[in-house]
Amino acid sequence: MNLVLAKTETGRALSSVFAVARDRLPGAGKVADTRRQAFEAFERAGLPHRRIEEWKYTDLRALMREVLPLAAAPDVKALGRARKALKAHTIADASALVLVDGAFVPELSDVAALGGGVSIRALRDVLENDGNDARADLLLTKTTDAMISLNAALATDGVVISVADGTALSRPIHIVHVATASSASVVTRSHVRIGKGARATLVESFVAAEGAKAYQVNDAVILSVGDGAELSQVRLMADASDAVNVTSQILTVGAKVKLNLFNMTGGGGVSRLQGFITLAGEGTDLSVNGVNLLKGTQHGDTTVVVDHAVPHCTSREIFRAVVDNRAHSVFQGRIIVRPDAQKTDGKMMTRALLLSDEAEADNKPELEIFADDVTCGHGATAGALDDSLLFYLRARGLPEKEAQALLIQAFVGEAIEAIADDHLRELAMSVAQRWLEARA
Amino acid sequence: MPLLEVKNLQVRVEEREILHGLSLTVNKGQVHAIMGPNGSGKSTLSHVIAGKPGYEVTGGEILFEGEDLLEMDPDERAAKGVFLAFQYPVEIPGVATMTFLRTALNAQRKARGESEYSTPDFLKKVREVAKSLNIPQDMLKRGVNVGFSGGEKKRNEILQMALFEPSLCILDEMDSGLDIDALRIAADGVNALRSPERAMVVITHYQRLLNYIVPDVVHVMSKGRVVKSGGKELALELEESGYAQFEDAA
Repeated sequence: MNLVLAKTETGRALSSVFAVARDRLPGAGKVADTRRQAFEAFERAGLPHRRIEEWKYTDLRALMREVLPLAAAPDVKALGRARKALKAHTIADASALVLVDGAFVPELSDVAALGGGVSIRALRDVLENDGNDARADLLLTKTTDAMISLNAALATDGVVISVADGTALSRPIHIVHVATASSASVVTRSHVRIGKGARATLVESFVAAEGAKAYQVNDAVILSVGDGAELSQVRLMADASDAVNVTSQILTVGAKVKLNLFNMTGGGGVSRLQGFITLAGEGTDLSVNGVNLLKGTQHGDTTVVVDHAVPHCTSREIFRAVVDNRAHSVFQGRIIVRPDAQKTDGKMMTRALLLSDEAEADNKPELEIFADDVTCGHGATAGALDDSLLFYLRARGLPEKEAQALLIQAFVGEAIEAIADDHLRELAMSVAQRWLEARA
Repeated sequence: MPLLEVKNLQVRVEEREILHGLSLTVNKGQVHAIMGPNGSGKSTLSHVIAGKPGYEVTGGEILFEGEDLLEMDPDERAAKGVFLAFQYPVEIPGVATMTFLRTALNAQRKARGESEYSTPDFLKKVREVAKSLNIPQDMLKRGVNVGFSGGEKKRNEILQMALFEPSLCILDEMDSGLDIDALRIAADGVNALRSPERAMVVITHYQRLLNYIVPDVVHVMSKGRVVKSGGKELALELEESGYAQFEDAA
């Protein structure tokens, strides 16, 4: 790596971002050292750009330009605006954990309702109070890239959740990220540990308070799922239309796990969800599904790496993108099958629906197979709505937009159907419906 | 006033003229059969009446209850009472038949300024009609026409016809792909909908269908025109002598 070349104008501006932020970042000693090293790693690479293969469709140097200074900790006024925004995104019977501008806010959260077998703490609290040396690992991940390094350097807060072995949560945990700040960075990092044989449902929402503009979210979620556990995760991204959201999810999954992941990107100006999922125990069933609903000039990138490290696991990925106006959807899916991972069954299917001539969809499926007794496959399509179906519906009395909406709903329904939880499936469907109604 | 008046209709598809001045008048209460060889323009006529894109009308007009049909979008025509039973009904995966029926019916009612059907009334009505057409309930839960046999698809078309209560039904090659039993069920469904307030245009290549749906008027089409019209006996005559005699007349 040529250090001199990588150090661009953008890179130099960043040094000052870190220098300014340093005093506000929780953790001293080894934690602070780890942050500094992470920042140096970021600085060496700079913002990812199109010459980095993994980022070729999402050039953050062009789309993001610079990393903005960290958002201030929310004051009373900001919390009031956050409270208002939360009202529209409450999920019945879920326990909300609320992060406002990158700070965990206990008074907006609902920790007590979760009951026994669950421990929830703020990352800031852990980093400041649990001994700096012991908890530096919270800022380290095996998988890394420039944006994950930046996250480790600048994460101000997050939640650290541990569900004890054998605990079945009766309520979903709902992590809500509310942005009230404008032209600022919001950097959060959360750790979720699902114990052996535990069962949990995790929902994550990204929302903007009224008036929040042009902010940049960098979120990381480090998730470990113990043997025999069941986890459903639903992520709903509804950031402001000129916001940037880069989220990295790093999952390590044990044996005989049932893991059901779903993401819906409907908001944001520029977004990238990158998932790195390692199947490290045999007999696990993984389902990863996603929907991108993009219009205007939105750019939505979903990148998922599923690493079959052991034999006898199944992975299924279904992605649907609806792309209108001049929006741009990206799906990159990589399935890795390690030499020992015999009897792997891994499939991914991605389809994009282009609603305008200027809409763009890029699909990059990759299979890296090093074992010889496996079933793997992928498929990708991109195209417009079928004219013959549209005419049939119109001949039955549906106006053009309604006919389109019905077909689009069916199209994204194929991915939404895969959500295990009935209530969350309906919730995701209603988000899609609202998007379609807004379009009509 | 006639229900449907097609006057000197000229239609092109991709630079090729398919209909060369076709005229047809249909009154309420009548069943018209349009017969003709493949390529005579029968299906083109049905598509143009329903408003399918891709056809260029270069001359003539179509009046429906005196209004200019060609000025209306396909959904407006449906709301006014024009119904085309498709020769090849499409499959729509992911859209449950019930959802589709309700959405379509309510869209038509809304366009006419009528109130939407209540769910119990709607369900009751669908079940009644489905039963009379021998359509099992589980078919209504599946995606529209997904995995349906040819006969089931045609019965689903007639189910919609019964539900939407159009004043003009155009049946495009309803008999294609049906065995004799399926044909009888479909024809019974159509006959049950005959009424003094409704007209039907039955497009078919074969006389066979007209044994089950007996027309008042039979038209013979050839090369984009109606070349002969007569009573139901004209269909039998055609069965005897074939279409060849009209090829030259056109």
